[in-house]
Amino acid sequence: MSVLVVAEHENGQLKAETAKVINAALKVAEGVDVLVAGYNVDDVVQSAANIAGVTKVRVVDNALFEYQLAENTADLIVEIAGGYTHILASASTTGKNTLPRVAALLDVSQISEVIDVIDSETFKRPIYAGNAIATVKSNEAKKVITVRASAFESQSEQSACEVEILSLALDNTLSSFVSVEQTESERPELNVAPVVISGGRGMQNGENFALLNGIADKLGAAIGASRAAVDAGFVPNDMQVGQTGKIVAPDLYIAVGISGAIQHLAGMKDSKVIVAINKDPDAPVFQVADYGLVADLFDVLPELESAL
Amino acid sequence: MKVLVPIKRVIDYNVKARVKPDNTDVDLTNVKMAMNPFCEIAVEEAIRLKEAGTATEVIAVSIGDKACQEQLRTALALGADKAIHIQTDAKLESLHVAKLLAKLVDEHQPELVILGKQSIDSDNNQTGQMLAALTRRSQGTFASKMVIDGGKALVTREVDGGLQTLSLLLPAVVTTDLRLNEPRYASLPNIMKAKRKPLEVIEADTLGVNLTPRIELLKVEEPSKRQAGVIVDSVEELVSKLRNEAKVIS
Repeated sequence: MSVLVVAEHENGQLKAETAKVINAALKVAEGVDVLVAGYNVDDVVQSAANIAGVTKVRVVDNALFEYQLAENTADLIVEIAGGYTHILASASTTGKNTLPRVAALLDVSQISEVIDVIDSETFKRPIYAGNAIATVKSNEAKKVITVRASAFESQSEQSACEVEILSLALDNTLSSFVSVEQTESERPELNVAPVVISGGRGMQNGENFALLNGIADKLGAAIGASRAAVDAGFVPNDMQVGQTGKIVAPDLYIAVGISGAIQHLAGMKDSKVIVAINKDPDAPVFQVADYGLVADLFDVLPELESAL
Repeated sequence: MKVLVPIKRVIDYNVKARVKPDNTDVDLTNVKMAMNPFCEIAVEEAIRLKEAGTATEVIAVSIGDKACQEQLRTALALGADKAIHIQTDAKLESLHVAKLLAKLVDEHQPELVILGKQSIDSDNNQTGQMLAALTRRSQGTFASKMVIDGGKALVTREVDGGLQTLSLLLPAVVTTDLRLNEPRYASLPNIMKAKRKPLEVIEADTLGVNLTPRIELLKVEEPSKRQAGVIVDSVEELVSKLRNEAKVIS
């Protein structure tokens, strides 16, 4: 088996998901190659070379790949795909954007959002919003797979492995980058944070989300939201945890004023410990919570902040 | 400009999927079916383009057994001009669907194909990207805003860190995210009118696409269930449990 993992990076930094995808990849092979495609990616390359289990980092550092757009990134992956039996990427919005394009160009079916690796051709993945888990076997000679990073452990460090510079200048004549509105935050990212505190419709408005800040600061937590809170315009959509938002599995998940629609539970039910705070004792979220507190969140939040 | 909107018939999003006792698949017998929610958003976006005078014709297409004509009639009632049903009883993977759609794209040459970003049954999130690859078109996935302007589509995408806007050269493939628009309901007169709109049926095996499965479904299981835990009486008790029992905070 020879495995290629496509590195996930942003603003010149390797994202923590990559180590988890490598962890999944190492269940198939003893060592993996990592592809870093981007522009000014020295730090990314260095971080990737230091992840245990990586045998070689292959680098394409070119302004043509600055925004990692799907069209030429897919062409690039196809270009170097020849020697590999498996090509893996995180099931992030970047991986989901690019990898199916790669699969189609290679004329293979893709397996999406893998949560468990049984053997080199058999994988588990959630279907129907996580209401069922499918075990699937790929008969393709080349397996193209996206990995739900939150389902895998991270990797320890190693001394830097070999780095190979590739000069593949593939132009993208189909699409171009215009702008990005990045959500500025000092907090850890939702999909890798050890603690997540999320607010729902019960927060009543966007200003009240500030009540979560102090608690998040004390716990080193990321702040999330339910789809109801996002649809109501309380907070931006990249904070959404759920089937159609981010899938998280932190050590501690605190759901505040969230009723617990299937859609939301699909995004957080693999958390190690779940706390639910809701004034409705019949809220479905209590059925998955390890600890439930039936109370008004506006009383509880200040008290919780000072108790931590 | 011509717009092609592929749609999928899936389990209604309000219905909880149940696994068959023999673990071979999810049980869809007598389950309420509907148009995939992301596909509804795709249909709505295409119709809005037509109402704005940008699109001249909206063609809805669905692939599956005869039952998916129900969703095609819905698309027609919502405002699509004509519908194409690619008839097959085979269980298809995203790649097969993309290849069948690519044949229609070749024939009809739509400037824009709008699809849902994923279906809520298989949750693959692949078809649009694969179709873009097979037809060598630009792609704008997970769109929350789209503006057509002089041979280009400006697409704002919902990405993990925020919003990214791309300029796509037409012809393009765009996949919809939840916040692109709010789909309308079909009115009764339009539902009646839809019955007279053209619906063409094409047998899938006449399109020259190999539909042999490449992925085997070995087993479908219920996810491991979480046990409901305890209800605590106070913040003090909660913090103490998290600290001493669960040991997730210090």
